Amino acid sequence: MTGPKALLEVDNVTIRFGGLTALDSVTFDIREGEILGLIGPNGAGKTTCFNVMTGVYQATSGQVRFDGKVLTRLKRHKITKLGIARTFQNIRLFKSMTVLENVMVGADAHSKVGFFDALFRLPRHRRTEAASTARAKEILEIVGIRARHDELASNLSYGDQRRLEIARAMATGPKLLCLDEPAAGFNPAEKLRLMELIRRVRDEGYTVLLIEHDMRLVMGVTDRIVVLEFGRKIAEGVPSEIRDNPAVIAAYLGVDEEDAS
Amino acid sequence: MSTTTTPTSAGGTSLVTLGKRWDVIVERYNSQPTIIKALGLAAALVFVYALPLIRPPFFTTDQIDFGGVMFSVAAFALVAVGLNVVIGYAGLLDLGYVGFYCVGAYTTGVLTSYHWSWPFFLALPVAIAVTMVTGVLLGAPTLRVRGDYLAIVTLGFGEIIRICVKNIEWLGASAGIKDIAHPNTIGAAPQPPFDKGGLFEVPRLEWDGLIPSLDTQHKTAVLAFGAADAIPYYWLILTALILVLIGDRLVKASRVGRAWEATREDEDAAELMGVPTFKYKLMAFALGAAIGGLSGSFYASGQSGYISPDSFPLLLSMLFVAAVIVGGSGNRWGAIAGGALVAYLPERFRDFADYRLLIFGLALTVLAVWRPEGLLPPRRTRRAKAAEAEIDALEEGELEGGLA
Ligand SMILES: Nc1ncnc2c1ncn2[C@@H]1O[C@H](COP(=O)(O)OP(=O)(O)OP(=O)(O)O)[C@@H](O)[C@H]1O
Ligand SMILES: [Mg+2]
Repeated sequence: MTGPKALLEVDNVTIRFGGLTALDSVTFDIREGEILGLIGPNGAGKTTCFNVMTGVYQATSGQVRFDGKVLTRLKRHKITKLGIARTFQNIRLFKSMTVLENVMVGADAHSKVGFFDALFRLPRHRRTEAASTARAKEILEIVGIRARHDELASNLSYGDQRRLEIARAMATGPKLLCLDEPAAGFNPAEKLRLMELIRRVRDEGYTVLLIEHDMRLVMGVTDRIVVLEFGRKIAEGVPSEIRDNPAVIAAYLGVDEEDAS
Repeated sequence: MSTTTTPTSAGGTSLVTLGKRWDVIVERYNSQPTIIKALGLAAALVFVYALPLIRPPFFTTDQIDFGGVMFSVAAFALVAVGLNVVIGYAGLLDLGYVGFYCVGAYTTGVLTSYHWSWPFFLALPVAIAVTMVTGVLLGAPTLRVRGDYLAIVTLGFGEIIRICVKNIEWLGASAGIKDIAHPNTIGAAPQPPFDKGGLFEVPRLEWDGLIPSLDTQHKTAVLAFGAADAIPYYWLILTALILVLIGDRLVKASRVGRAWEATREDEDAAELMGVPTFKYKLMAFALGAAIGGLSGSFYASGQSGYISPDSFPLLLSMLFVAAVIVGGSGNRWGAIAGGALVAYLPERFRDFADYRLLIFGLALTVLAVWRPEGLLPPRRTRRAKAAEAEIDALEEGELEGGLA
């Protein structure tokens, strides 16, 4: 392989749920510093792919490697600490916590503060708390909801909740940020702003894996695209290649015809 | 909130009012200059410590020693604060909390009376440690499993512990353990029957209607732990409660508290955000156990110095859980209020003692319908409730905006 090195490698991953093969020998990799789009019709296995990568599901066969390390059987919070963070297609914020606290939970991922540090307010607690708060606010600034940091997460608007999901994931200090349909339910203008945000996030040094249904958007923002259909990878390439790929057009026919053509 | 029925939202409104009143008090206190705050805090502390000496009219129990009632009020509050860490913070339904209470009490009994004769203050940390280890042993296998499993296992645990102590000769079997060491008296040793010992003696107030007078007949010897007077025990357990509260506050407002809350809210999401949820659940469970053991130890070495298996019925577990839920799961002040109410009301209204469980059950039912979040839920619950009510008002019967 040429160019930048692969950050994450999905190697021949198959996962079955009973009789259903949700992912069927899927292989692709994500290169450092790129924005990779993961697309495909409903039920194609995109979210399942995220779940395998983040340790929610164990692959029936095949493996995922991150930074050369095999992720199989690694605990989920350990995978996060290694540097993979994600958002959820169905928003899953800590609703009773404030916006800032939500992000702080992410920022705590690398904290070494323990029970006694907290109980006796040892220097490590103070230092870490101050640093995480500052970092959390910085991230909230980036996603554009800093002003609302004291709100309860459940009181945010739908769009801001999606932004908070991204902020919380960013706060874990990942190398790879996986966004599962972050623009779902957005209007076109909001979508555009979000894509700008994603580009900015990449420029901050993150590698981004993006699931998104809106083809035009994906084409605009990604460096490369992987296409899934019925759990199989049917295409991979730069946006212009994907646009003209007959298999992709066929897969999207009747779904998003004009976007695909 | 899947069941937003009329009573809930109506209860929500009054809940918000009660919460607001509390918030106003807190805010007003917080906005004072430091010196006023310190003075206010000192005054409140003095009042709470002096409560069994002041014996406020109406509030004081006539038929039963008020000092003893205040002791069990403080003991229940301490238990509720401990259980609140488990249920309120970490969201783990522990139905066998009495088991830890029992372990703490029996460790103290065995160490200070039945097999050894350690002084109380040496036995106390050991009792806490033993209970904590028990918590870890019980929690380690069960906390990995999600859901109702924990409730069932802990329920069994509470009962098993009681049955064990009832049948093990080494633990006194059904006769129990007596002559458990009291905390060491500080100051002069008591010389029965008349000299109570201690550092000095303080008189208490007697009320004739609303007119107070000094009652010099019943003096309390400060820091003398004998069989005659429960008030020093109250002071001791109150001090423990205050220390635990301070610790609770410091730990809650830290990474640990956030991890608990995130885990309670959405365990999977928390795990994926890097929270080692099992570790934090076990920590909450063990801490709760330790506080349970602490209160059990105080209970054992209390005025009567006697424990038996019958002191730890499963019903007590239910009362503990009720205290946390009634008070408002997740709020330490709510837990204190809940614990205090559960201990105080039956003693204050002894005339109805035969019906107390019935009345209690009814009260719980009413509360569950009208105020499912408890009397004093965490501030954020009230905030969310208020916002929800606002949205409901705006939408006026429109579909509730359920976000996936
Ligand atoms: N835990 C599970 N048990 C059984 N089947 C599952 C499970 N998770 C996913 N599936 C199935 O796997 C297939 C792929 O689902 P997945 O959620 O990955 O699709 P997707 O590409 O994310 O679709 P969408 O665009 O609708 O989000 C679907 O048929 C789904 O029903
Ligand atoms: Mg999906």
